[in-house]
Amino acid sequence: MVDLSINFAGIRSPNPFWLASAPPTNSAYQVNKAFEHGWGGAVWKTLSEPIMNVFNRYGAIDYNGQKILGLNNIELTTDRPLEVNLREITDIKKRWPDRAVIVSLMAESRRESWHDMVKRTIDTGCDGIELNYGCPHGMSERGMGAAVGQVPEYCSMITEWVSEVSSVPVLVKLTPNIADIRLPARAARKGGAHGLSLINTVNSIMGVDIDTLEVQPSVDGKGSHGGLAGPAIKPMALYAISHVAVDPEVNLPISGVGGITTWRDAAEFILLGATSLQVCTAVMHYGFRIVNDLVDGLTNWMEEKKFRTIEDFKGKSLSAITDFGNLNLLCKTVARIDEAKCIHCNLCHIACDDAAHQCIDMIPLNGKSQPRVRLEDCVGCALCFLVCPVDHCITMVRRDEGKEAMTWNNLIKQLPQPLTWESLRAFQLKHGIDIH
Amino acid sequence: MNNIAPKLTPGQYEKNFAEIHTPFSPNQATMEANRCLYCYDAPCTKACPTHIDIPTFIKKIATENIKGSAKTILESNWIALTCAKACPVDVLCEGACVFNERGEKPIKIGRLQRYAIDWYFGHGMPTLFKPEKSNGKTVGVVGAGPAGLACAAELALMGYDVTVYEGKKAAGGLDTWGIAPYKMSYKDSLNEVKLVESFGVKIKTGMLVGKQISIAELEKNHDAVFLGVGLGDASDLRIPGENLDGVCDALEFIGRVTTREWRSVDVGKRVAVIGGGNTAIDAVTEAKRLGAEEVMIIYRRSRAEMPAYDFEYELARNDGITFHFLTAPKRIIGANGIVEKLECLKMKLGPPDAEGRRIPEPIPGSEFQIPADMVIKSIGQKTSDDFFSQIPNLKVQHGKVWVNEETMQTSNPRYFAGGDCVNGGKEVVNAAADGKRTAHGINKFISNK
Repeated sequence: MVDLSINFAGIRSPNPFWLASAPPTNSAYQVNKAFEHGWGGAVWKTLSEPIMNVFNRYGAIDYNGQKILGLNNIELTTDRPLEVNLREITDIKKRWPDRAVIVSLMAESRRESWHDMVKRTIDTGCDGIELNYGCPHGMSERGMGAAVGQVPEYCSMITEWVSEVSSVPVLVKLTPNIADIRLPARAARKGGAHGLSLINTVNSIMGVDIDTLEVQPSVDGKGSHGGLAGPAIKPMALYAISHVAVDPEVNLPISGVGGITTWRDAAEFILLGATSLQVCTAVMHYGFRIVNDLVDGLTNWMEEKKFRTIEDFKGKSLSAITDFGNLNLLCKTVARIDEAKCIHCNLCHIACDDAAHQCIDMIPLNGKSQPRVRLEDCVGCALCFLVCPVDHCITMVRRDEGKEAMTWNNLIKQLPQPLTWESLRAFQLKHGIDIH
Repeated sequence: MNNIAPKLTPGQYEKNFAEIHTPFSPNQATMEANRCLYCYDAPCTKACPTHIDIPTFIKKIATENIKGSAKTILESNWIALTCAKACPVDVLCEGACVFNERGEKPIKIGRLQRYAIDWYFGHGMPTLFKPEKSNGKTVGVVGAGPAGLACAAELALMGYDVTVYEGKKAAGGLDTWGIAPYKMSYKDSLNEVKLVESFGVKIKTGMLVGKQISIAELEKNHDAVFLGVGLGDASDLRIPGENLDGVCDALEFIGRVTTREWRSVDVGKRVAVIGGGNTAIDAVTEAKRLGAEEVMIIYRRSRAEMPAYDFEYELARNDGITFHFLTAPKRIIGANGIVEKLECLKMKLGPPDAEGRRIPEPIPGSEFQIPADMVIKSIGQKTSDDFFSQIPNLKVQHGKVWVNEETMQTSNPRYFAGGDCVNGGKEVVNAAADGKRTAHGINKFISNK
């Protein structure tokens, strides 16, 4: 029997699916509705200083007819008074004792401001607080959000202030708009954080209206950079999470955020080290009801894989990440086309011919062109496999026997230094690799 | 004619002749265009006789470059709107779509092509092509059907002075006079005529070559002549009663319906159409939609041998048409010179002929009579041998003009030919391809003179 419940740094929730601090968690009405649909937790939309939003605030990137591959926003923190939010949070927590209610906070960079905000928040009975060091727009210009997340010293300083008065677990939400996300992560740990949420949105200009020449989203003719979210940023989030998860100087539970749309995404985030999962864009696109398949799909997959709990597979794929220098240079693969499945779109041919290694020929066959791989010239790059629109038509087949392995790091120890093309070439030919 | 079917209300006519395939909305077009895989060396392009670069024009619809899409289409085919609406796409481009191999619905190429070309005409034909400077040479085109128009357009763009001679009162040939209104309106065809004229082509309608203008004059006026005369009148049934009132020719009947003056076209209550081709299907469905009560096809072979496309057959079936297979007309019986009955013979299939089609043989004594008020002949068209015989040294085989398939030049070097008069009657798209190919043959001929 699969158990989806989690314990995130002491915060318990019946499943790992939390709503991220964002428009879907703006009010008691929304969070209550989300919990009725089965969400395990919610990070309340950031409480902060008084702000005012502009009207038009979202931009999206569509691709080949698919809507919202990415969604950006220039919305700020909550635009409702603090008292209203605190009252609603108190009410929600009373009504939903088994769900994780976490409150996102952002304050002026003064100790008193943070102390005041944290104390009043804890009085709601919430399960945890999340420090918003991530918003890249609007608030950062006022010295908050990403302006904190981009300076490790500020991260640790403010986290310390919060830790001084917080009686509940403190999560720190990090911005990806930084060269090395491990630095603010380490700083948060140093400041006393109990967990991390990553990633926040990515700096972005969503596009230009080529009729009006205005940037999108446009507010009375002007636009501003905003935060990109949604499926487009998932690979960036996976990288950031895995990078932080394996850092021994961090060693904190991670709430994964960034483009999680389906249970498959959720499984990937957990395999790379996330404990809980935060979702926003998918809900903004389809509503709270998506949690049904998130829970159901993840449960079915776990049953199939014989994982009983989230902990059973958390971080299980981290060991599969290594540096390039540790990859086996002698693992030879080639593309194989199943001609019975081929529909003769010839996309593999043109991709290989124009952008890879010119090893897929077009053979006239029964009045059609049959793409066929010249195995001796295939470098196994997998571009054809990626462009093929038919499932299982092109497969990447391993050709070596798996007996030999040589990594770059080991190779350079063996070859004479300084390294020359000639010595590398000799190594390649010895192993039947002929690059031409 | 006896028993003329009661006229319908204007609303009923409009409903009965409304387009079967409605145009895509911009959203539908973009969605469908995005479904296209953008195949390389695409089978759809190969399957199209005019070899339109289909993935490219569809990609341009997806990026909302509709003008560019129209240009890509027109570059290969000057008769692109008629083709988009009247082509048997199931057996051409859409039939070749790779999605068929994946067990999915093919891309709706015809409707996407229509979307782009509708946009083009709807936006006042923005200039996409500019004719070369005049080269001082002139070509006469006989027949303003798709072959003639395609040839004329291509030549005009190369700098030729082109005059098209058309016997009918409007240009377009069968695109204007022979396509069922629920497939397209004759106005679409006239738009294509306008496009060709915009390149400087002069079209002289009501000018039948051999009557209003002689072959000698044609030769005197032009450096080369293109024959795109199509086929002749409907073939005779060669049975008694063929001249009775109420017997007519399918193309003539379809031509009257095509004018969209539905009320003025009398149709009998009981209509029998003789023949099993696509034209016969047009005739039965149009008769039914005009208000005929009982409409039937009389065909001497079986369903398997019927030349009509499957989708045409289905259309007729859905219209409630009765099919009398293995039935041949023996005589048309009338009273006072007006059709009353059709006497038929039952047939059986004998051994195959040279083309592999089984030859129908009459079953002796199987005569039976079918009451009919109108009999429509649709067993093919006659060839234009009389016309061809006026042209010196023109080789004609079985009524078809012989040409060099690469240049489309006839046995008389100054004459070129294409379309139905060469291929014996194929699709509009074949004529469009022939016309364009011929233009290059003519150019080569005149340039080398």
